[in-house]
Amino acid sequence: MSFPLLETDNLSIAFGGIKAVDSVSLTVQPGKIHSIIGPNGAGKTTLFNLISGLYQPSSGRVKLGGEDVTGLPPEQLARRGLSRSFQNLQIFFRMSACDNVMVGRHRHEKTSMLGHLFALPSVRAENARSRDLAMGLLERVGLAGVANKEAGSLSYGALKRLEIARALATEPRILLLDEPAAGCNAIETEEIDRVIHDVAKSGIAVLLVEHDMRLVMRISDHVLVLERGKSLVSGTPETVRNDPRVITAYLGTFGTEEANRA
Amino acid sequence: MARLASSRWSIVLGLAIVIAALPFLFPSNYYFRVAAIVNIFALAVVGLNLLMGYAGQVSLGHAGFMGIGAYSVAIGSAHFKLHGLLAMLIGAALAGLVAFLVGRPILRLKGHYLAVATLGFGLLISMALANEAAWTGGPDGMGVPRLEILGYRLRGPDTWYYISGGALLIGVILALNLIESPTGRAMRAIHDSEIASRVAGIDVAAYKLRIFVLSAIYASVAGSLMAFLNGHITPDGTAGFLRSVELVTMVVLGGMGSVVGAIVGAAVLVILPQALTIFHDYEHLMLGLIIMVSMILLPRGIVPSLLARLRGGGA
Repeated sequence: MSFPLLETDNLSIAFGGIKAVDSVSLTVQPGKIHSIIGPNGAGKTTLFNLISGLYQPSSGRVKLGGEDVTGLPPEQLARRGLSRSFQNLQIFFRMSACDNVMVGRHRHEKTSMLGHLFALPSVRAENARSRDLAMGLLERVGLAGVANKEAGSLSYGALKRLEIARALATEPRILLLDEPAAGCNAIETEEIDRVIHDVAKSGIAVLLVEHDMRLVMRISDHVLVLERGKSLVSGTPETVRNDPRVITAYLGTFGTEEANRA
Repeated sequence: MARLASSRWSIVLGLAIVIAALPFLFPSNYYFRVAAIVNIFALAVVGLNLLMGYAGQVSLGHAGFMGIGAYSVAIGSAHFKLHGLLAMLIGAALAGLVAFLVGRPILRLKGHYLAVATLGFGLLISMALANEAAWTGGPDGMGVPRLEILGYRLRGPDTWYYISGGALLIGVILALNLIESPTGRAMRAIHDSEIASRVAGIDVAAYKLRIFVLSAIYASVAGSLMAFLNGHITPDGTAGFLRSVELVTMVVLGGMGSVVGAIVGAAVLVILPQALTIFHDYEHLMLGLIIMVSMILLPRGIVPSLLARLRGGGA
């Protein structure tokens, strides 16, 4: 077992007395796919927002590569190698697909604003480098053909993949994907499946929130089930699939009886 | 990349040709004067457009920075006997510094709240200029000594037309360079999604502040040029609230997020009132009507809407 890249230790946040995330501890290893599932309102996205610095936890710690990063803003986490996608798209709609991905190169672009104003040769070289890398990533997610199209004109499934490409452009050590396959058709889901696989194979840790159970069970190394903010079950896809508590959480007690009968 | 670079240089080349060729159509000095005013406003509007059109942050107090530039030249050369160009540079630095100090707290605000805060800033500057009569001559304004370079006195609207045209050209080149750079991508990204920008590693607050400072420097240089051209400045004429509104109107009318739009917006709003004097008492009525009709027919601003129509995409 290698050193965990991401660790949360009893992470909690309360909104007006309601604990949306309640003492959740998890560890994610490099190159592994760690999925979080649970019914709507279980606190999956809230947990993502805590880990990625959009919310401040009420208690608990977040460690990234062994360093305590609790409460750091997203831009600081990005510099430490954490990136994410969003359930409700956060796309730069008025920019081209290629420019969207180039924004992801931001933390690697070292030229100064003064250099930018005068379009120094170093800036032009950097622009070209970022563009090449962005085009490579667009190719990887199957969007090379629409690189120069305005993002606002792309389909929902394309935008989901565009977000992944932009997140990858930051060269993350860990990638948080919030429902990357939501609203995608079967072909697009398959494409996303392939991309996530590739990402993990390249050594990046993946933390995934997804409702498509077939996708989750197929690609995950580890699954955590959340219910009402609490961690319910955690283990391999097989363990989780066969745990009666998970079925109860999703379908209620009545559903459990039905499932048993089936 | 080649396509973008060529469109950047075609804008610059086109503008240079227009600036150089227009004087052949000018029957009198009056035209040089109006065109110089267009250049000067266009310079300020190109800067404000970086802030509003690209980074998505409104400022209703930008004339305040024009005022700083104008009065730096006037006070610097009248009271401190500084060379006009040095006074202009000091004004630009001062405007940048003021923008930095004011921008840090107020750029945390968004939308209407930011608009009102910047409006307050603009009022503050114009009131300070009106009240410090010992330095500024009060509401009646003050004279600006003629700029002298190498013993040559720069006077006459034609001279200032070419100088302001050169300044506009430089301002446009710098703005176009910036837009196609990491900073430019960062500011356009901030406009569309601050959250996604932060996740991509962009320090949103720092970038808003940088663009605010840069746009303040543009406005300050424009204000200094205005002072040199007019030879006399008043708080209302340079830094007044209506001036700020005028700058914002130029950005929106010409087209947010379009450098050419900024120039067109400035040109329309400077030239129209001159042209409409033939309507005598109905001049302002006509101006208001034309602006309204233009916004209804070209809702994204003159240049972006017309470009979209040319490409067959409709407005």
